[in-house]
Amino acid sequence: MLSQFLFLLCLATGIYFFARKIREVSSNIHLGRPLQINDRPGDRWKVMARVALGQSKMGSRPVAAFFHLLIYVGFVIINIEVLEIIIDGLFGTHRVLSFMGSFYDFLIAAFEWLALGVLLACFVFLSRRNIIRLKRMIMPELKGWPRTDANLILVTEILLMSAFLIMNATDSILQARGAAHYVQAGAFPVSGMLVPFFDGMSNDALILLERSCWWFHILGILAFLNYVPYSKHLHILLAFPNTWYSKLSPKGQFNNMESVMNEVKLMMDPSAVPAPAAPEGTPQRFGARDVRDLNWKQLMDAYSCTECGRCTSSCPANLTGKLLSPRKIMMDTRDRVEELGRQLRIHGPGHDDGKTLLNDYIRPEELWACTSCNACVEACPVLIDPLSIIIDMRRYLVMEQSAAPAELNGMFTKIENNGAPWQFSPADRMNWTES
Amino acid sequence: MENFKVPTMAEMTARGEKPEILFWVGCAGSFDDRAKKVTKALAKLLHHAGMRFAVLGTEESCTGDPAKRAGNEFLFQMQAMNNITVLNGYEVTKIVTGCPHCFNTLKNEYPQLGGSYEVLHHSQLLQQLLDSGRLKVEGGAYRGKKVTFHDPCYLGRANDVYEAPRRVIMRLDSLMTEMKRSKANGLCCGAGGAQMFKEPEKGDKDINMERAEEALALKPESIAVACPFCMTMLSDGVKLNNMEGEVKVKDIAEMIAEAMDL
Repeated sequence: MLSQFLFLLCLATGIYFFARKIREVSSNIHLGRPLQINDRPGDRWKVMARVALGQSKMGSRPVAAFFHLLIYVGFVIINIEVLEIIIDGLFGTHRVLSFMGSFYDFLIAAFEWLALGVLLACFVFLSRRNIIRLKRMIMPELKGWPRTDANLILVTEILLMSAFLIMNATDSILQARGAAHYVQAGAFPVSGMLVPFFDGMSNDALILLERSCWWFHILGILAFLNYVPYSKHLHILLAFPNTWYSKLSPKGQFNNMESVMNEVKLMMDPSAVPAPAAPEGTPQRFGARDVRDLNWKQLMDAYSCTECGRCTSSCPANLTGKLLSPRKIMMDTRDRVEELGRQLRIHGPGHDDGKTLLNDYIRPEELWACTSCNACVEACPVLIDPLSIIIDMRRYLVMEQSAAPAELNGMFTKIENNGAPWQFSPADRMNWTES
Repeated sequence: MENFKVPTMAEMTARGEKPEILFWVGCAGSFDDRAKKVTKALAKLLHHAGMRFAVLGTEESCTGDPAKRAGNEFLFQMQAMNNITVLNGYEVTKIVTGCPHCFNTLKNEYPQLGGSYEVLHHSQLLQQLLDSGRLKVEGGAYRGKKVTFHDPCYLGRANDVYEAPRRVIMRLDSLMTEMKRSKANGLCCGAGGAQMFKEPEKGDKDINMERAEEALALKPESIAVACPFCMTMLSDGVKLNNMEGEVKVKDIAEMIAEAMDL
């Protein structure tokens, strides 16, 4: 009875704090500008099924794709086991789903193989980060917390899977010995190999170990659940909405700025009726200086990023030693919106902490290195669009601060004066036809 | 041109005629000496295929692409609206461009400002003309020669056009060889996003050198391009590798025109 009560308490606490943090993330995302995205729902479901559920963009890097798939499938399927653990924990049963008979044996056997797969993948990923030290895993933006975050996730998964297998190994010994409460159920192809390590132990010791692993496994999962929203690992949830809301138009199509359109129309046609003025409050800024100038989808992009670095490792600017790293753009955006959200919760919604995404996090030199080639967008397995943030920040620099590089200002002037980015007379446009 | 005159929309309209297609020449195609050769090649091909086409001539103005990529939405929209006034005035319905940047902007970014047209990049139009037999290539200068194709970002990733330029090159009976970074994984030449008009930011290499080296490593006789900016960037890269004698950077339109002895 006591253990059932403790279990309920842990479960409720775990879920409560998780829900609270998720609400916080959601309110941070909604610090962004409103944006209506609900066109072509059929296509959106298809994109989500293909890219998030079906992992279609992972394959371009086959090694990572294979081991990631092991963890992904393992994670999704082993969670069926969590369902049983929760029922057992609440009602004091043991292996409550075992009434399914041979199908249960099949399930448990499948979980075990998957657990082994997850273990293997985690060790491979740890070695890629810490021993092989792949270039995209050791870039400057990963120094400190991001690197620790990645290792923590992998170590936690190793511990959880180990507890699961040890739990099964000790359980199977207890089953064989006919210990009370341990029903004959399950097939243990992987944990069976661990039996020799434990079968010298007494029943009491085995029960203690089995129960400890059981508790460790479920408490670990609850703790991990609460860790996820603070971590890059949040992609396991946000990959789904993020792909659903992703851009369906051609990648080359940059969004049309309606605020600018209204002004340009007025400028070109004085008789045009001005659009209704923006509701009171600060007039909308052109482009983005801080996270609140971005739209909510761009902020969701930032929370969906798992910092894999495929974007940065395909970025031509980054490859040739420029300061720009699309991954850093996303990480900075998330860090900044987290910081701003925290400040606003402490000091109230009107608070100005004097910091901005531009300059305090992202320097203009990074933005001006971008060739807008869409390689980062193409590379992202969860359809994040770093380019749209880069362009919005350029818009702020150019239209609010007139802070474009001098050569670009020159180019603008030439387009204004002679309709071409170079100094040629429009009268010479047909010269190519002569000679 | 030597044996035919390229008509402007104004001239055609004055004669009460309408072209099949408007050839949007673009700023590079009008003013850059190297790109002008591509423009001429494309005009010859259109003429040879018997297409009734016209240009805007002095009425054409920058699409606004470099302004938009650089963040100057005001300037972009002013350019766009002026161009749309001209295009709609002539009731233009179909456009071919010699530049993927013009192509992308006209096709994707003009409709919201009131300009909706069927827009083709010249690789797509050439493919259509070759497939339908309006243009015929039999062997020619590039038969058996090793050629690699550099995907322009604003044709490839930006608009998912990967096959049209390759199908055009296939007609040359040349030995097509792909760079490791091609199609959706193609590496930018370094000119997009208004970089064409500024010095690169500080780094340890120029992007066009990285790309030119990748292409040169295949030891091709020609590097095929389909964009005037890629043309400039890769030509410079080849030159800086002292390979301009051995390896030619050519637009696909020039290659077809050469193979047809036009």
